[in-house]
Amino acid sequence: MTPAALDLSPLRRAAAWHPAEFAFWLLPPAAYFLFPDYLALLSQIAITALFVLSLDLILGYAGIVSLGQAAFFGLGAYAAGMLGKYGWGDPLLGLAAAAGVAGLIGFVTSFLVLRGADLTRLMVTLGVSMMLFEAANKMTDITGGVDGLQGIEMKPIFGAFSFDLYGKTAYWYTVIVLFLLFLLARRLVNSPFGLSLRGIKQNVLRMPAIGAPVHGRLVTIYTLAAAYAGIAGALLTQTTQFASVDVLAFNRSAEILLILVLGGSGSLYGALIGTVFFMVAHHFLSDINPQYWQFWLGATLVLIVLFARDGIMGLGRAAVARLGRKAP
Amino acid sequence: MKLRNGIGIAATLFTFACGALAADPVKIGLILPMTGPFAAYGKQIDHGVRLYLAKHGDTFGGRKIELVVKDDAPGTAGDVSKRLAQELVVKDKVDILAGFGLTPSAFAVAPVATEAKKPMVVMNAATSAVTTKSNYIVRVSMTLPQITAPVATWAAKNGIKKVFTVVADYGPGHDAEGQFKKTFVAGGGEIVGEVRVPVKNADFAPYLQKVKDTRPDAVFVFLPAGELGVSFVKGFRERGLEQAGIKLIATGDLTEEESVDAHGDAAVGVINSFHYAEAHASPENKAFTEAYAKAYPSDRPNFMAVAGYDGMHLIAEVLAKTGGSVDADKFVDTAKGMKWMSPRGPISIDPATRDIVQTVYVRKVQRVGGKLQNVEFDHIDEFKDPGKQ
Repeated sequence: MTPAALDLSPLRRAAAWHPAEFAFWLLPPAAYFLFPDYLALLSQIAITALFVLSLDLILGYAGIVSLGQAAFFGLGAYAAGMLGKYGWGDPLLGLAAAAGVAGLIGFVTSFLVLRGADLTRLMVTLGVSMMLFEAANKMTDITGGVDGLQGIEMKPIFGAFSFDLYGKTAYWYTVIVLFLLFLLARRLVNSPFGLSLRGIKQNVLRMPAIGAPVHGRLVTIYTLAAAYAGIAGALLTQTTQFASVDVLAFNRSAEILLILVLGGSGSLYGALIGTVFFMVAHHFLSDINPQYWQFWLGATLVLIVLFARDGIMGLGRAAVARLGRKAP
Repeated sequence: MKLRNGIGIAATLFTFACGALAADPVKIGLILPMTGPFAAYGKQIDHGVRLYLAKHGDTFGGRKIELVVKDDAPGTAGDVSKRLAQELVVKDKVDILAGFGLTPSAFAVAPVATEAKKPMVVMNAATSAVTTKSNYIVRVSMTLPQITAPVATWAAKNGIKKVFTVVADYGPGHDAEGQFKKTFVAGGGEIVGEVRVPVKNADFAPYLQKVKDTRPDAVFVFLPAGELGVSFVKGFRERGLEQAGIKLIATGDLTEEESVDAHGDAAVGVINSFHYAEAHASPENKAFTEAYAKAYPSDRPNFMAVAGYDGMHLIAEVLAKTGGSVDADKFVDTAKGMKWMSPRGPISIDPATRDIVQTVYVRKVQRVGGKLQNVEFDHIDEFKDPGKQ
């Protein structure tokens, strides 16, 4: 069989842009004009979405479970914070540095993480992030500890757009970075590399038999996801000009796992939609009832998990399928 | 036509009349941890603020007070607090920012206060440097060095020569350790040992044994309020450190009113320094505690409730003096040097630093009428934050 005989059209169809996707990406610019009072919240949604995307890449596509993604988020946050503190406050430089530092540590720790199976990975990722948290907590002189790193100053983006009180610059900045990195991730998961990751997730034993280097692929995606998380962390530091050891806290890792399950893992849009849903619900429930909102958020999550398997994306797909059947 | 004109004029007059009777309300954005590990902070401060409004009415300088409460749980994530502050300013159009349970939250919001020109009233966050982060910050709570130094001074003067320090291993713990050491050594004392314990570890057995073996005159402890402190004090009693002649001294948050009942009788005899005790004897405090007990029968008022109460008093007084103006520069200028009698005793705002100046008391935990209370027996008057010197 020659390669030419291989029918790649289903894959090309899957990789092509669906009209619904164009519609989806019109939402962020629309939101800018529709909700000008909520730009700070919307920026944090974009940042969290990028962070969830980083987990989706390793968990949803490659099947690497992690409870320690906050380690890379925090590294990125501190990298950008330190640069800002010592006079290198250019935001894009900060992003590059954050991606570099987080990616490097991601690469080094990937060998530890990939040694074990699921439960071991859970433990190792959790362990790495806890070690980093404690290290940052110990080195109060350098990191500012729980009180936060003092004196972070950000320069305007391209020397022209400075971060403002209304969060306009922060919003466009975070949304554009999210969009570009989403494009890259989308390209990646539809490439042969991405397909091999899905193969590894489905059957790790068979993949070497068809010539896919399992270990190398996993190291690559783990490193890349770490860099994504680092960039998300840097965005948070830059848009809030604040970083404390909380950026490394366990609850951040747990929260994005929750969001990913809610949205539907193994789907890039699941990561995005889950984040929007979770953050918006969180915001409004806590506004309505500052004391007991967690109960209502919990109840909503339980209901969704009970009645919508594969999260919100699963629910959406099922609805589309049903409509498709009814249509003549 | 005539009729329509008549209605128009009537409507205009009516609007005028309303405008004169009640100007726009003053909106106060309260940023507090209402859920999560520090929910008790938010609850007490919220209680204090509302109690003040219930007692003194809610209109000052001709303007009604409107509260907007935002939960910045966990309280340690500055990004959340900052976003909420931005929203309060941009969307809710608040005139004053207030609350702030923990230091990171105050640090993160300070630039918003500066940029938006809003007065920012800090009702707890206790790191010394908080007030330096924006010229619009006024603090009504306390600073960590301010409540740490007095017990060190007292110890040095009262026959305690050698002290072992035990602090939680995080920023405030390091600050408390540093201040205690500085004041105690300056007073002629000697630090014979120091340990920093992990914030998440509640097993004090090895540390307590080490303290016992070192045989100091006293052990100074600073731990975040709650479980950790309870287990330390319990261990202190069980291991017989008291019988070995070692005194337990601390900052007053170890045995503050909300956590002292969890200690039980183990806390009796702990010597500590702090700025507020429920048992403080004054007519102002009597009125405050009675009103508090009536409004919130299931809680005991503590230093945070008082800070919320005093913070609201400060805002009310400023509004009364400026005739309802919320201009940030005017607000802060009016607040500077303001003096009043709080339930905790006489307090004032330092005109130079916008930080609180207050009496700090040295107290001993005792049972009073069946209740565990911090009974004051010594005090330092008009004590400024030593962390700024």
